[in-house]
Amino acid sequence: MKETCDVLIVGVGGQGVILASNVLGEACLAEGRPVKAAETHGMAQRGGSVECHVRIGGTLGPLIPPGGADLILAFDLLEALRYRHFLSRDGAMVVNRHMVVPTSAFMQGLPVPTVEEALEMLQDLQLCPLDADAKALEAGSPLTQNMVMVGAASLRIPLSAESLTAAVKRSVPTKTIEMNLRAFQLGRDAAAGCW
Amino acid sequence: MERQYMLGNEAIAHAVLEAGADLVAGYPGTPSSEVIDILRVQKERELYVEWSVNEKVAFENALAAAWCGQRAMATMKHVGLNVAADPLMTSAYTGVTGGFVILSADDPFAHSSQNEQDSRCYAKFAKIPCLDPASAQEAHDMLIDAFALSESLGIPVLFRPTTRICHSRSDVALGPVATSHRKGEFHRDPRQYVVIPAHTRVLHRKLNEKQPLVVKALADRGYNRAVIRGKTAVIAGGIAATYVQEYLPPDVSLVTIGAYPIDRAWLQEVVRKHSRVLVLEELDPVIEEEVRQVAGTVEVRGKLTGSVPREGEFSPAAVASMLAKEGFIPQDAVPVPRDAVPDLPPRPPILCAGCMHRATFYAMKRVFRDGIYPSDIGCYTLGLQLGAVDTTICMGASITVGSGISHAGDPRDVVCTIGDSTFLHTGIPGLLNAVYNGARMTVVILDNRITAMTGHQPNPASGETAMGVQTVPVSLEAICRACGVTFVETVSPYDLPSMIEAMKQAKGRDGVKVIIARQPCVITARKAGVKRGMFAVDAEACTGCETCVAFGCPAIEFREEKAVITGLCSGCGVCAQICPSGAIGREVAR
Repeated sequence: MKETCDVLIVGVGGQGVILASNVLGEACLAEGRPVKAAETHGMAQRGGSVECHVRIGGTLGPLIPPGGADLILAFDLLEALRYRHFLSRDGAMVVNRHMVVPTSAFMQGLPVPTVEEALEMLQDLQLCPLDADAKALEAGSPLTQNMVMVGAASLRIPLSAESLTAAVKRSVPTKTIEMNLRAFQLGRDAAAGCW
Repeated sequence: MERQYMLGNEAIAHAVLEAGADLVAGYPGTPSSEVIDILRVQKERELYVEWSVNEKVAFENALAAAWCGQRAMATMKHVGLNVAADPLMTSAYTGVTGGFVILSADDPFAHSSQNEQDSRCYAKFAKIPCLDPASAQEAHDMLIDAFALSESLGIPVLFRPTTRICHSRSDVALGPVATSHRKGEFHRDPRQYVVIPAHTRVLHRKLNEKQPLVVKALADRGYNRAVIRGKTAVIAGGIAATYVQEYLPPDVSLVTIGAYPIDRAWLQEVVRKHSRVLVLEELDPVIEEEVRQVAGTVEVRGKLTGSVPREGEFSPAAVASMLAKEGFIPQDAVPVPRDAVPDLPPRPPILCAGCMHRATFYAMKRVFRDGIYPSDIGCYTLGLQLGAVDTTICMGASITVGSGISHAGDPRDVVCTIGDSTFLHTGIPGLLNAVYNGARMTVVILDNRITAMTGHQPNPASGETAMGVQTVPVSLEAICRACGVTFVETVSPYDLPSMIEAMKQAKGRDGVKVIIARQPCVITARKAGVKRGMFAVDAEACTGCETCVAFGCPAIEFREEKAVITGLCSGCGVCAQICPSGAIGREVAR
């Protein structure tokens, strides 16, 4: 029996992937649960692929094995494809229906799947697609898409909504708390039909 | 006791405060940089913190403080320890009076490094203890003890976290921050601190005599532990020990190693209780070689039997495969990945939109079409993707490799690129040497006024110290002239025609020429409130030639046969200067 709930959060540098993982970590702390996480550093400004592993209840290593993630939060469709092999047999994926095309793909003319093709390549998974960009705009800023994603995932995470919202408050700049809480709730409502 | 969710490096920084360290010096290097970055913004502090010019300088500053009885630490990444290796080796001889800890962060898999060297080997080489934490909590706890250990033995202690310790997060129990500090006082003792041959021979003997005490002190601390559960055992070091525990069956013994040198008598007793042992450790077979020394007839599996990789990083999945291959767990206990999608376009990190390096590389490739481009360590190494980087080996080696190629007789132009911080780190001697020995080359100093790649640490060109004290920014022009360079031109790379003109002039001259490409890092400029208007493509005028796309700026996309500038644009305006159709201009407010 696995003791941890393993959450993999992937995206493009600058999308707030690490902040999203911090919310899960802070929520664990609020509930007195152990947690281990691993993150990619130095990509935020440079647009690289970013992966954050969060093991809720984790007491050993921070890395999730491929095939072991209970939940994947993909902020970008291309990254969803890149990391889909991490999902466990009964795991689920929350995915933002958007794709940032890598600059190198433009430069080298590499083939890039369309949004529809990418979604098709995820059809065999238990999938919850949503437009996190639009929800973030609705909340007040495109920068809140990470909290939309956390909100959308929240019903599948063994942490209470109270702990998660408290963690959002602890993790984001004071001036943006209301906006981020709104984003969290919009994400949570949007995904309610998925589970 | 307070519990916080924090980065491994934050836990380490907090441990430095709990230990009451008095002086911390370092040079930035992934994955070690956050330790000083956190310490330098502590509000109520009594400890002195500095970003030094390089690791050797940091090491010697910290060593001297420890000679004065203070608790001191030097921080660096593993390859930084090569730069500090000279004082490291002899500091073991002189010893210390205050606690002296060297933090050398290893990077298995070279996530952000030029090699995968194993700092544990340095500790063995220098004959000093090495602590190798398996988690952020253990890193925190061990580091506090490292100071005490160093003081009690009078010897420097090497502390070796890896990337997955430094850049992992977890709940960490913290203790109170120390409130008292030591005032340093130097006691003259030439036999200790002046390592002339007559003194150093004695010091070497004393260092060797200390070794059994080191072994005993580490054994007493219990960092190396054994749980005997069967006739077979897994012996694991550092973070690998935590990966093993996810899969290890209850009838297999587990031996975890967190400190070196290992007590051989203890190890022999433990190993010989088994018929077969598997040694799991990242990078070099340091534990395994010790195990083989004491194993007798016990079968030892590990790197030397090909059972365990000798390079790269471990993970729970990788360790599960090793355990299955060696018969410790059934094959079906190894997690099975889902189907991957093949041939996805990669998403490597790239230079930012508006980065000055991209513009400089563009000018360099235009003027020196057939040039050879030695480069260095920094953000600009990403210029590899733009075909602007031909060599990178270590800090400061762009100029020296360039002068070597020049002396080797290749008739092509040698144009090397080096950042401001890297130039100050170890670039200056290479420049001096190139001028003195008559090399023919152009040196482009990419001066963005900050150590950007590792997280924007100040350096002597920035005009500010680690502790936020304003200081005189060093003149790179004056340094170059003092090295004997007569052609020193400073140009903004955003002014493409001037940059191209300066490079043409350099190309036409003999000897060593220096061009200082100066423009603040686009990230620090943004943080400082610099705002430039965004640029846009006039779709009517755009011919779809893709000249701007080839420029490689992440703000430029190509859709439906036209270039498009996205919201990432930082307004550097260089693309407008390279567009052959004049289709790019400053965006008019809509």
